[in-house]
Amino acid sequence: MLLIHCPWCGARDEAEFRYGGQAHVDRPPDPNAVDDREWGEYLFVRDNPRGRFSERWVHSAGCRRWFDVVRDTATNEMSAEVPSRSGRR
Amino acid sequence: MTSPNRLDATVRPGRIDRTRRLRFTFDGTELHGHPGDTLASALLAEGRTEVTTSVHRGRPRGIVAADRTEPNALVQLHGDCPEPMLPATRVELRDGLVAESLSGIGWVGDRPDTAVHDKKYVHADVVIVGAGPSGLAAALSAGRSGARVFLVDEQAELGGRLLDGHERIDGAAATDWIARAVRELAEIPEVRVLTRATAVGCYDHDYLLVAEHRTDHLDTVGPHQSQQRLWHVRARRVVLATGAHERPVVFEDNDRPGIMLAAAVRSYLNRHAVLPGRDAVVFTTSDSAYSTALDLLAVGASVPALVDTRPQPPAHLVDQVEAAGGRVHPGSTVISTKGHDRVRGARVTELDEQGCLSGIPYEVDCDLLAVCGGWSPVVHLFGQAGGSLRWDRTAAGFVPESSGTHLPRVIGSARATHDLAGSLAQGLAAGAEAATACGFRIAAPRVPPTSGDRPNSRPRPLWLVPGMTKPPEQWDRHFVDLQRDATVADVWRAIGAGMRSVEHVERYTTISTGQDRGKTSGVNAIGVIADALMVDSPGEVGTTTFRPPYAPVRFALMAGRERGHLHEPVRTTSMHSWHEAAGAEFENVGQWKRPRYYPRPGEDMDAAVQRECRAARTGVAMQDVSTLGRIEIVGSDAPEFLDRVCTSGFAELAVGRARYGMMCGADGMVLDDGVSMRLAADRYLMSTTTGGAAGVLEWLEEWLRTEWSELDVYCTSVTEQWAAVAVVGPRSRDVVARLAPDLDVSSAGFGFMEFRETELYNGIPARISRISFSGELAFEINVARWYGLATWEAVAAAGADHGITPYGAETMHVLRAEKGFVVVGQDTDGTVTPLDLGMDRLVSRHKDFIGKRSFARQDTARTDRKQLVGLLPLERERLLPEGVHLVEPDVPLRPPVPMLGHVTSSYRSAALDRTFALALIRDGRRRIGDVLHAPFEGSSTAVEVTRPVFYDEEGARRDGVEHG
Repeated sequence: MLLIHCPWCGARDEAEFRYGGQAHVDRPPDPNAVDDREWGEYLFVRDNPRGRFSERWVHSAGCRRWFDVVRDTATNEMSAEVPSRSGRR
Repeated sequence: MTSPNRLDATVRPGRIDRTRRLRFTFDGTELHGHPGDTLASALLAEGRTEVTTSVHRGRPRGIVAADRTEPNALVQLHGDCPEPMLPATRVELRDGLVAESLSGIGWVGDRPDTAVHDKKYVHADVVIVGAGPSGLAAALSAGRSGARVFLVDEQAELGGRLLDGHERIDGAAATDWIARAVRELAEIPEVRVLTRATAVGCYDHDYLLVAEHRTDHLDTVGPHQSQQRLWHVRARRVVLATGAHERPVVFEDNDRPGIMLAAAVRSYLNRHAVLPGRDAVVFTTSDSAYSTALDLLAVGASVPALVDTRPQPPAHLVDQVEAAGGRVHPGSTVISTKGHDRVRGARVTELDEQGCLSGIPYEVDCDLLAVCGGWSPVVHLFGQAGGSLRWDRTAAGFVPESSGTHLPRVIGSARATHDLAGSLAQGLAAGAEAATACGFRIAAPRVPPTSGDRPNSRPRPLWLVPGMTKPPEQWDRHFVDLQRDATVADVWRAIGAGMRSVEHVERYTTISTGQDRGKTSGVNAIGVIADALMVDSPGEVGTTTFRPPYAPVRFALMAGRERGHLHEPVRTTSMHSWHEAAGAEFENVGQWKRPRYYPRPGEDMDAAVQRECRAARTGVAMQDVSTLGRIEIVGSDAPEFLDRVCTSGFAELAVGRARYGMMCGADGMVLDDGVSMRLAADRYLMSTTTGGAAGVLEWLEEWLRTEWSELDVYCTSVTEQWAAVAVVGPRSRDVVARLAPDLDVSSAGFGFMEFRETELYNGIPARISRISFSGELAFEINVARWYGLATWEAVAAAGADHGITPYGAETMHVLRAEKGFVVVGQDTDGTVTPLDLGMDRLVSRHKDFIGKRSFARQDTARTDRKQLVGLLPLERERLLPEGVHLVEPDVPLRPPVPMLGHVTSSYRSAALDRTFALALIRDGRRRIGDVLHAPFEGSSTAVEVTRPVFYDEEGARRDGVEHG
C-alpha cells in the first residue's frame, strides 16, 4: 500500500487514488497534423523504465485533483513533482 | 495422575500453571495439560510423540518444532467453527479442546462460520516486529522517546527465545528483565503491545498487516467478541526483530517420530517442563545445541552422543557436556536412523575434511534425536518489503543485504546476530535511531551486562548427509520437506528434468508449498540444489521470492465485517420501497438495485416482460430511471468543453433543449452515452449510463485538469440529487397532462428533445423532458430526490384509469433493442466506434472531439470492421443466447472455426411476435440479407442478418397521436 502525497490533502493511502499512467504525454495540439504513427504513439506507447518515472495520479476518493509524482519503479520511492498543469485551481 | 513426560516442578517449574488441570481430547482420547501448554507440549507431556502419518508416503511422523515452523503436527480443531491445518505448536491449550490429527489435508465445517473478525487501521511512528531480546530493547528505547510505538509478537508472552534459556541480564534472570520491560512498556501511553499477533505482510512504504488472535486461548468467548483482528498499520519506521528459525539436517530416515529440532527440545524442557525423550542423541553443526544437551543432562536424561560436524568444537563446551555425563563425537555426522513409529537409534560416522563420510559407522541407541542444522534468519518480511539477501558463509544463512531508507531495519538473530549482548545493543540502537528519525530525539541507552549467553563460534554447515549406498537420484528417504513428503530424489529428478532455478525446482517438487511455506525446508532445499548443481554455495542458487502472507490467514479475517449485506454498499432509489411492495425482481447494476420486472402472480420473467412491453407500446407504462448518472457541467467554457468530449455538437444547442451524445476514448472507441440538457448558457446536465457515471466524471475531470486546464468548467455529480420517472407509451401524453396541468403537452407546444420546468398538480417542482429510449411517445419527469416516491405515486395515480404499468430494466432493454438503440457495455466492448454502430449521424464533421482523429487510423477506417446488425432467427421462437458466435453456414465446425462476430443482445419481442437479436458482425452492413449460423448447445441455428432496427423504422410513434 503506497503512501502517496497529494499536494492538496497530504499523505494518504494508495487506495484513495487512481493511477493515471505516464505524465507529460501531451495530446498533439492539432491531431490532424500528425501521421498515424505519431498518433498511435500518443495513444498507446509509453515508457517503462526501471528507475525514476514521472507519472500522474488522481485523488479520486479525496479532492479529485490530478497531480504528478516521480516514482522509482524499482523501489517505489516517490517524490513530489510540481503540480504542473493541474495546478490552476 | 501426572503426564508421563512432565518434569517435576522441583526439577523444572516451566511457565505453566500446575494448579489448573485442562482436559482435552486428541483423536478421541482424553488427555490433560496445564495453562501455558500448547497442544504440542501437552501431547509430548502425555507421551504422544507420533502424531500423524505423512501425506503421500503414509510414514509415521512426530512433533518436530515448538513454534510455527512445525511441518508435521497439523491438526483439525473441532467445535462450532471447525478449523483445519493448524500446527499443534500454535494451538494454546484450553479446557475442552477437541483436536484431530491430520495427514496433510483438513476439512471445513458445513455450517456458516459465525465467528466475528474485525479490522483496525492505525498509524505508528515505530513498528517493531518480534519481542525477543532485540525487539524488546528496541521498543524500550523507542518508547522512552515519546514516539508512538507498536510492538507485535506472535507468542502469548514477550521475550522470545529468552523464555527457553537461562541467560541473565543486568545481574538477574532474563525473565526478570522481561517482566520489568513489560511493566515499563505498559506504562508508556504511546506504546501499544500486541501478543498473539503475527505480522503477516510487509508492504511498500512501511505498511504492515498484523493478524491478532484475540480469543483462541480463552475458555469462553463473548457473543460479539472478535475472534481475530487484522491490524492495518502504517508506520514511519519499521524494525524487524523476527529472530531465526532452526534448520533440520537431511539424512536417511530423518523423518521418524522423536527426531526434533534441538532448540525445540530445549523449549519444551524449560518452558513447558516436558522431557520428550530419556536417551537423546544431539546432532549439531554449531554451538547452540550444546545448551540443549546440557539441559537434557541437567534434568536426568542421558546424552550418549553429541554428534558435532566440527572436528574441533569449542573445548569448554565439550568439557561441560562431558563433565555432566554426555559424550561428544566431534567431526562426525548422523547418517541414518532406525525405528518405526519412534526413533530407536542413530547411525553415526566420521566426516573427513572434505565433508565426505569416513570411518566405520556405529549405532547409538536413543529415543530422541535433537538436530540443529544451523539457523536461518527470518527474513520473510524484509524480502516482502523488497529487500535483497546474500548468503553469509560465516553465519551459514541468508541475511539482509540491501539497506536504504525505504527498507525496514533488521536486527538481532534476523540478521544473524545470535549473541544476547549484541542483540540487545542492536535493539537499543535501532529503537533510538528509528524514534529520532521520526522527530523524537533520544540517545541509545546503556547496554545492560549479560551472562549465560549462548556461545556462538563458527558453524560447519551441513544440509545433506550422503547416503551410504546408491546414487542421490535414489535417496528417497532423505526428506527435504516433511510436510510435502519431498526427498533428495525428487530434487534430483527436477534437476534431471532440466530445472535450474530454485523457483522451478520448488514448484516441480512441491517443496516449500505446504502450509508452513517451507520454513524448515527452504534453505535445505537450496543447499541440496547447490550440491546437485555442484555450485559453491547456496548463495549462488539464491532464494525464492518472499510473498505475503508470512503465515496462513483466514479468508474470514481478510473479509472482516465486510460480509453479507455489509460486503458492498447498496444504492437504492427513493422509490425503492414501492418497487419492493409491488413484488419487483431486482438486478444489480453497479451498486444499484434496479427493478428488473414486476411479475404478477403466476408470471415468469418472459410473461411479465411481454406484458410490460405491450403496455408501453399500446397504452402507457412507467419506469424508475433515477439510477442514470447525472453530471452538472458548469462554467463559461462548458459549451466548448462538451463539444470537445462529445461526438455531436452541444455549443449550438439551445437552452431548453436536450441532445443525445456519445463519448469516445482517445482511441475512438465508444466510452459512454446519454442525453445532455442545456439548462442555461453556461450550464448543462449530462446523463450517463447507470454503471458508467463515476468513470465518466473521472474521465471529464482528467481532461479538464491535465489537458485543458485553461477551460473554465466545473463538473459535479448530481446523480443522488434527482429522482426520475419515465412515462412511456401512446397514452403517456394524457397522463402527463393530468400530472402537470400548467404544461402544454401537445407536440406543437412541447417538441421532442425539449424540456420544461413546471410544477406538478401536487406542488412538486419538476423538470419534464421529452426523451425516449423506446421509440414511443415518452416523457421523463425529474424531481428532487426526496419527492421521488411522491412523484412515482402521483404518476401511478394519474395513469391508473389508463392501466399504467410499471416496468423494469428488462423491458426497457427489449424496447430499446427493438429500435436498435445500443447499451454501452452490452452492445459495445471497448473495440467499437460510433461508426461501427452505424451512428454516423451523431458524429460531427464540423468540429474536433476526443477520439475523432482515431477514426482515420488505418485499422479504424477499415470498411469491413465488425458492425452492428440485427439478426432474425429463421425459427421465430428460437432465442439466441447472448455471446454466441456466428459462422458461415457451410463452415465445418472443427476448430479452428473462423468466427464472424457475436450476439450482443437477444430478446423475445411482443411487438414482433418473435425473437430477435443485435450482433457485431465482420463487414456486417454488407451482409444484410445473408443467412449465417449460430452454433450452440450442440446444434446450429440459422439466422438472417438485418438492419438493426426492428420496429417503427420511420419513427412515426415518437410524437404519439393527438387526441381531439
